[in-house]
Amino acid sequence: MTNPNNATISTVHTAEFTSGHALQIPTLRILQDDGTIYPGAVAPELDKETALKMYHSMSFIRVLDERMLAAQRQGRISFYMQCLGEEAATVGSAAALDDKDMIMAQYREQGALRYRGFSLEQFMNQLFSNEKDLGKGRQMPVHYGSKDIYYMTISSPLGTQIPQAAGYAYAQKLRGLANVTICYFGEGAASEGDFHAGLNMAAVHKAPVLFFCRNNGYAISTPANEQFKGDGIACRAVGYGMKAIRVDGADILAVYQATKMAREYALETNEPVLLESIAYRLGAHSSSDDPSGYRSKEEEEQWRKNDPISRFRLWLLAKGWLDDEADKAQIEALRAEILDALKVAEKVAKPGIEHLISDVYAEPIPELERQLAELKAHIRKYPDAYPITSGRMS
Amino acid sequence: MAKMNMLQAINNALDLAMAKDSTVVCFGEDVGHFGGVFRATSKLQEKYGKDRCFNTPLTEQGIAGFANGMASQGMKPVAEIQFADYIFPAFDQIVNETAKFRYRSGNEFNVGGLVFRTPYGGGIAGGHYHSQSPEAYFAHTPGLKIAVPRDPYQAKGLLLASIASEDPVIFFEPKKLYRASTGEVPEEYYEIPLGVAEVMQEGKDVTVLAWGAQIEICQKAIEMAAAQGISCELIDLRSILPWDVETVVKSVTKTGRLVINHEAPLTGGFAGEIAATIQQRCFLHLESPIARVCGLDTPYPLALEREYVADHLKTFEAIVASVKF
Ligand SMILES: Cc1ncc(C[n+]2csc(CCOP(=O)(O)OP(=O)(O)O)c2C)c(N)n1
Ligand SMILES: [Mg+2]
Repeated sequence: MTNPNNATISTVHTAEFTSGHALQIPTLRILQDDGTIYPGAVAPELDKETALKMYHSMSFIRVLDERMLAAQRQGRISFYMQCLGEEAATVGSAAALDDKDMIMAQYREQGALRYRGFSLEQFMNQLFSNEKDLGKGRQMPVHYGSKDIYYMTISSPLGTQIPQAAGYAYAQKLRGLANVTICYFGEGAASEGDFHAGLNMAAVHKAPVLFFCRNNGYAISTPANEQFKGDGIACRAVGYGMKAIRVDGADILAVYQATKMAREYALETNEPVLLESIAYRLGAHSSSDDPSGYRSKEEEEQWRKNDPISRFRLWLLAKGWLDDEADKAQIEALRAEILDALKVAEKVAKPGIEHLISDVYAEPIPELERQLAELKAHIRKYPDAYPITSGRMS
Repeated sequence: MAKMNMLQAINNALDLAMAKDSTVVCFGEDVGHFGGVFRATSKLQEKYGKDRCFNTPLTEQGIAGFANGMASQGMKPVAEIQFADYIFPAFDQIVNETAKFRYRSGNEFNVGGLVFRTPYGGGIAGGHYHSQSPEAYFAHTPGLKIAVPRDPYQAKGLLLASIASEDPVIFFEPKKLYRASTGEVPEEYYEIPLGVAEVMQEGKDVTVLAWGAQIEICQKAIEMAAAQGISCELIDLRSILPWDVETVVKSVTKTGRLVINHEAPLTGGFAGEIAATIQQRCFLHLESPIARVCGLDTPYPLALEREYVADHLKTFEAIVASVKF
């Protein structure tokens, strides 16, 4: 018999529901809080160089986040978002990829970006929207992107990158590339219609995408238990006929292992995989948010103990790959380096006025040229009112 | 009377509407316990319970569809879209469903009583995804009503009228003014009718027309013009759909000149619609071409925001040019 419904029919003769929680997906844990491996677990194969790059990417982001949140408080930048608590999830997953795998992120994945090689100067130029920013000073802070390192520029509207990742990966496949796309999004963004569209299309069209859900418990003030009623996000994969794996997002070895396995599977079969990282958004949603209005200090303290960096640090120390004193000194040096870079970037000029109309189209259309000419004449008349551009117009 | 900022006035309007009518329900992303990211729904969950003020999952198309469903059942949902920039996932539900519910069913069903509240506009260093003014997209949709308040008093009266309206309304709130705009607001219930503009200042040389946060900008420009001996008539359109053609026609018939200001980009902006109607109705009275002072035809920028916006200096120049034409 044909199967027009594309559904397996196993017949029963008494009416019975299948429970909405029939499926519970286990959480992969490899690294314990004290830096040792769980009994029975096997650490993924990691060479010293990669392991240290992972560690340094995490500590870089930790220090950067601290410094830039302070810079926002001082009024030096307008906005900031921390990755606090999710450093392992973003770094560990990026470390399991090839350098030419596309990353399509949501906004809290600076760990992945750093691992890929985004420089301190590039971070700063974006944060200060100056003329050296690759995005030409057009987006709010933390909306990074770089073609060179295969990191798609962040877009604020949530979930939009999910179906795009399916399309990007499908194109990679058609081009015969041995690469996948990783698509990060929050458990909140997974409520958008684009989530369904993206996962279903990736499954139907066989696109090698790793959908990486950062379930960090909150979407701004909304706790996950007001966001969805299923068991996390991972179980949804089954509805799309897709493989899934859930990991402890504070355990970088688990994240690395799961992502590596998912990547291999996606490349081999051209099937997407859904990964879910279970972690906690330790910081505020953004510099505009104050979590004391919706969650308790006790809850935060409990999760603070689950620090993704200290766990991995202990593992590295035990292996003799990291020296305690040298590491502490390096972090102090990093603090100074970041402050210096900040001071440089904040003095770099803003983009020139021609960038008001560039990139809207490949070439400015005549009406835009007309509007720019009119604007320039206006600025010449009132130079004091437009200090950023008036002194630098040709 | 009490001194309120715009957020307090909106909160107060929602509070009164919920107290007065048990079918009024508020929901949206972070709207419940937290009271919304801007705190417009502060304390409403505490006061009216979780059934009537609640967080939704993060899905604008879901929020709009849910609101359509509730309204079609006869309740009065006041749904918040966290930023007008994020209303687009809900575009289909609003444009194809909300707007056409009554028409397509021969009025068997309708979604009157439904209000979408959403913060719009720039001036907060928000770049292109936290600054847009999308009113013109919706103004192209018969079946919707659109209102935009300029201050706390207007916000409360227009919002209460929107909730009371038999037609669905999109209520665009100028977020730049949420805390910046304060004023005396009556504590009791009152409505400001939809579709009626307000002549805020009478004048004889030129009519200046705007809405929302641009009113403030125009007031500055008008002061500069007054110093040059130019007498401006200032109109706050207040409702974009339906818009008050007669009030504008009357004013332009008197002054012979019109300068329209809006935040949204020039091309396809609502000023074009106004200009077309006014040139037709006032052709023989016009002394100069109708001028539009608007955002540039680009996405809303970040670093070069000041250059981009329809500010008071550009408005002043347009007023002078109109008078000197
Ligand atoms: C379409 C859309 N709706 C609303 C918002 C506003 N917003 C920005 S972040 C956010 C919460 C996202 O939560 P989650 O996806 O869990 O990511 P997290 O912040 O926890 O990393 C919201 C509602 C948006 N950016 N885009
Ligand atoms: Mg989240």
